[in-house]
Amino acid sequence: MSSDDEQYQEEEEEDDEDDHYYVDPSFEPFTPSATSSTSSEHQLQSSKRSKPYLPHEQPSMLPAGTHQQDNNFEYVVLTQEEIWKYMEECIREVNEVIKLPETTVRLLLHHFRWDKEKLMERFYDPHHQDELFRQAHIVNPFTKQQQQQQQQQQQAHTHFQRHTRRQNSTASASASPSTNILSNPLRIEHQMCTICCCTKPSNDMSGLECGHAFCTSCWRSYLTMKIMHEGIGQTIPCPAKCDILVDDGKVLELIKDQDDVRRKYQHLITNSFVECNRNMRWCPGKNCTNAIKAPYCDAQLVTCTSCHTSFCFQCSEQWHEPIKCKWLKKWHKKCRDDSETSNWIAANTKECPKCHATIEKNGGCNHLICKNLSCKYDFCWVCLGAWEPHGSSWYNCNRFNEDDAKKARDEQERSRAALQRYLHYYKRYNNHHESLRLESKLLEQVQKRMEILQQQMSWIEVQFLQNACEVLRQCRQTLMYTYPFAFYLKRNNNSIIFEQNQADLEHATEELSGYLERDISETINLSEMKQKVQDKYRYCDNRRKVLLAHVYEGYDTDYWEYCEDA
Amino acid sequence: MALKRINKELQELEKDPPANCSAGPVNDDMFHWQATIMGPGESPFQGGVFFLSIHFPADYPFKPPKITFTTKIYHPNINSNGAICLDILRSQWSPALTISKVLLSICSLLTDPNPDDPLVPDIARLYKTDREKYNQTARTWTNKYAM
Repeated sequence: MSSDDEQYQEEEEEDDEDDHYYVDPSFEPFTPSATSSTSSEHQLQSSKRSKPYLPHEQPSMLPAGTHQQDNNFEYVVLTQEEIWKYMEECIREVNEVIKLPETTVRLLLHHFRWDKEKLMERFYDPHHQDELFRQAHIVNPFTKQQQQQQQQQQQAHTHFQRHTRRQNSTASASASPSTNILSNPLRIEHQMCTICCCTKPSNDMSGLECGHAFCTSCWRSYLTMKIMHEGIGQTIPCPAKCDILVDDGKVLELIKDQDDVRRKYQHLITNSFVECNRNMRWCPGKNCTNAIKAPYCDAQLVTCTSCHTSFCFQCSEQWHEPIKCKWLKKWHKKCRDDSETSNWIAANTKECPKCHATIEKNGGCNHLICKNLSCKYDFCWVCLGAWEPHGSSWYNCNRFNEDDAKKARDEQERSRAALQRYLHYYKRYNNHHESLRLESKLLEQVQKRMEILQQQMSWIEVQFLQNACEVLRQCRQTLMYTYPFAFYLKRNNNSIIFEQNQADLEHATEELSGYLERDISETINLSEMKQKVQDKYRYCDNRRKVLLAHVYEGYDTDYWEYCEDA
Repeated sequence: MALKRINKELQELEKDPPANCSAGPVNDDMFHWQATIMGPGESPFQGGVFFLSIHFPADYPFKPPKITFTTKIYHPNINSNGAICLDILRSQWSPALTISKVLLSICSLLTDPNPDDPLVPDIARLYKTDREKYNQTARTWTNKYAM
């Protein structure tokens, strides 16, 4: 490395320390909602149980089950930029103790999956410090100085070699900038980038502590390839395959003009931070890049402030009261895999006794001929024995071994019953799921209707319709998840009470849905209709709360029993 | 940009050819080369001449070149289509690597197969359990296809 070069690098490092991490002011969060506030005035938006973005909502219309929830569960919605800041804060905290460049600390923390204690423990183990830096693919900052000296010597050596080689080859090479070096060795140095094989002025070359330098355009292409195509953010190695990782200050400096690459890079970096953090979750909303930070991990309802997605903090699924995360996961798996297909096959088909092809009987005749061309076995559907003896005396087959026949029949009945039971719950679950989807359209209709109604009533007087829609949505969502909950429940007195609650809520919800979908557009007497709808949605909301309170009481006092193997 | 780098590599190869290897463009297309590797002395491929085809992607050297054997070879990490299982041709590729370095790596792969990450499990098993038989088969194939 030449002296000019070194000076340049030093300047760069100084810059590094001035503005940590290159969070440049032009950086914009992805989401439109947060754009109004600039980074400096942006404050963490603390949202408690309420949804501040829905001003029309009355306190009684809060999202699901306020009363069962821990009211101290105060979470914060962080934008991409705030995640980055929070990450820096964590790094600074560690850095107060170990005092190293911040990027080094980040790479170390990433290596330990953001476990500070573990990092400290290993860091202060003097016998393994070298090993620690090697494993984290970082140049050990304590031996760096020695290395740099060595590298300087090496560089000087290679530089000399290159010069001599150039001298030899200038005869064949046409007039290139390299001739300048020969004629004027004290001017700006030129170096050849080993990636693109172009000769570039030294100030266009850059590299890491390992000493390998490449031109900036190659660096950019290299980083773009790694970030955009390979999705690697945390662990981009030096292009020279020397095992040293590129720190984020360097990356952000090199890709500062490429917005999409920078955003993806920042997402990749913060991703490990969020995913390793027990008390943080990405918002599962479509194209949303916010994260939620909570005081502790629990099954609580959280709502993103920019995309308004509500989800369970523990499992990131849609808010699924009253079923617990564990059982919901099991239910989803059951719905997804084809275990039920095999159940159906077991319940409705038999195998050919000879070639074991699966057969569904679609006619009345019990004399079956296997359609498998290489089999064509004649057999009796009832006893699965050969057909031959049946030809003359049909009733032979009822005299077959009674035990065997009973066993087979029982087996078939059991799997048939299990299938029926699953389908019962699944159909209802799925039905509410569909209704929930369709009712988002209903909201649009109702809003149009509200505009029409405002010709006769004031704005405030028609708000009951919006509230009714919100209650309907909540009831549907709760009802939907009561079915998988009931599916795993063992029958006892409390499950009977639960079913009664469920029936009440379902009945009332359907009535409310009917009012909103049909009656409201047909009715003439508005004030009477308003009374009807208001009474119904208040009743629904109450029934929903009663049902949930009962379920939570069961959780607290342990009276729910589950069928583990369902 | 890729073209400049490929030309440079060709120059370097002509000036300082690696031991037992050679490479160059097939016709006028600089993005399609042919390479030859002489079977290394201490391997059952000794005496054979193996041809390889090299295709450079448009974004070379940020993406690895595609290299396949066109001569049949009996080796745990090279399959019947000539595909080579070598980390530096996939995930471990780096723009600082060159065709010359890759060819040398392939040479050393011929001498020291990597049976723990096989492309052809049958050959890998034989290599691990009955080295003599493996060597014999590899020699037979070399005689048959590469001489």
